[in-house]
Amino acid sequence: MDDTQALGRRLAAAVSRHDRRMQLMEVCGTHTVAIFRAGIRTLLPPGVRLLSGPGCPVCVTAAGEVERAMHLARAPGVLLAVFGDMLRVPGRRESLAEARAEGAGVRVVYSPRDALELARRHPKLRVVFWGVGFETTAPGVAAAVLEARATGVDNFLVYCAHKLVPPALEALLATGEVRVDGFILPGHVSTVLGTTPYAFLAERHGVPAVVAGFEPTDLLLALELLLRLVERGEAKVENAYPRAVRREGNPAARAVMDRVFRPVDARWRGLGEIPGSGLALREEFAAHDAARQFALPEFPDAEPRGCRCGEVLRGAVLPPECPLFDRRCTPVSPVGPCMVSSEGSCAAYHRYGRRAG
Amino acid sequence: MCLAVPVRIVRRVGDLAEVDAGGVRKEVSLLLVPEAAVGDYVLLHAGYAIQLVDEAGARETLELMRQLVEAEEPDAD
Repeated sequence: MDDTQALGRRLAAAVSRHDRRMQLMEVCGTHTVAIFRAGIRTLLPPGVRLLSGPGCPVCVTAAGEVERAMHLARAPGVLLAVFGDMLRVPGRRESLAEARAEGAGVRVVYSPRDALELARRHPKLRVVFWGVGFETTAPGVAAAVLEARATGVDNFLVYCAHKLVPPALEALLATGEVRVDGFILPGHVSTVLGTTPYAFLAERHGVPAVVAGFEPTDLLLALELLLRLVERGEAKVENAYPRAVRREGNPAARAVMDRVFRPVDARWRGLGEIPGSGLALREEFAAHDAARQFALPEFPDAEPRGCRCGEVLRGAVLPPECPLFDRRCTPVSPVGPCMVSSEGSCAAYHRYGRRAG
Repeated sequence: MCLAVPVRIVRRVGDLAEVDAGGVRKEVSLLLVPEAAVGDYVLLHAGYAIQLVDEAGARETLELMRQLVEAEEPDAD
């Protein structure tokens, strides 16, 4: 362990010596928080600007999807099972937490398996799991659907709002709105995907990228590798998290995901509709697909007034540049989802930003 | 939300495993990591093991760190 710590200190010194001006983006919301918590922002040389990307699942869930989930929760005989972070996302009129207080059926679960168990215990209810999250989470949700079918749990359904990371990065670079000189790639999305699906970043866009873990030394290692690639003008994808990420990812997890879901166009908060960036249940799982079993109305993706979450998610502004930040919008009374989720950029800046600049 | 923690498999029955997560016992599904065996460390995310934690990979990380700082400080002690 001492060895790792000593190496970490030397890496920190190395990171702070770089003098090129550049903009890097950490894609993953869990990274945003880990970077703040480790104090890594304070080590960064003045020329390096670190932007947060569209990697907070709660934040990128489109406003219309939030409304549809709310619609499901209010439907008679339905219990909507959600990850805890979704509970407080402000909807058009209220959050799921508020809807629950008024009698809507909402239950917080830690795992899609818990939702499946709920369905077993409440055979008269239809338990709808709100599938939110990226490639890290979608395989588990797919596995729960397979298990529901294999064991005849017909009252387990999924409202699928899963999103895929590589198409979002493609869309982000295609707009050219924000210059990104290098990406810190999400560690656990890459655990499933491997490194190959990011090759386009280097090959088509000339942008280097490094997969990072979540410990302070993991992050320093990834940063130092990335800073060097950017400085040398070397566009390639490297893996600084080999204990959890193999080049081929986890093919078994992808096979389960592909068995149940197919890629579809999806709407993202802040990024709009991105081709092939979402997942839907395949036709043969229609019985477990809330989108097919309920008449879900369309809702507009209207953002809360004055909220700049969308721009924050594209790296176009930093949270403190939003006029609502820390004034009208705080974790206690959030206006937008980036302040709700523990891994939203605004919540991270609120919590750590003052001492870390 | 993409949080995942390494846990050790204590017992395996079919696709289910009992794991030790820092002293707390939990039941997790091994459906996504079918090759996992008792004694292995796996990354746990929302009730599912999503990958084996690779010891060789851990050594590789240290090696990578060493290479980087040594390249950075040729006269380092």
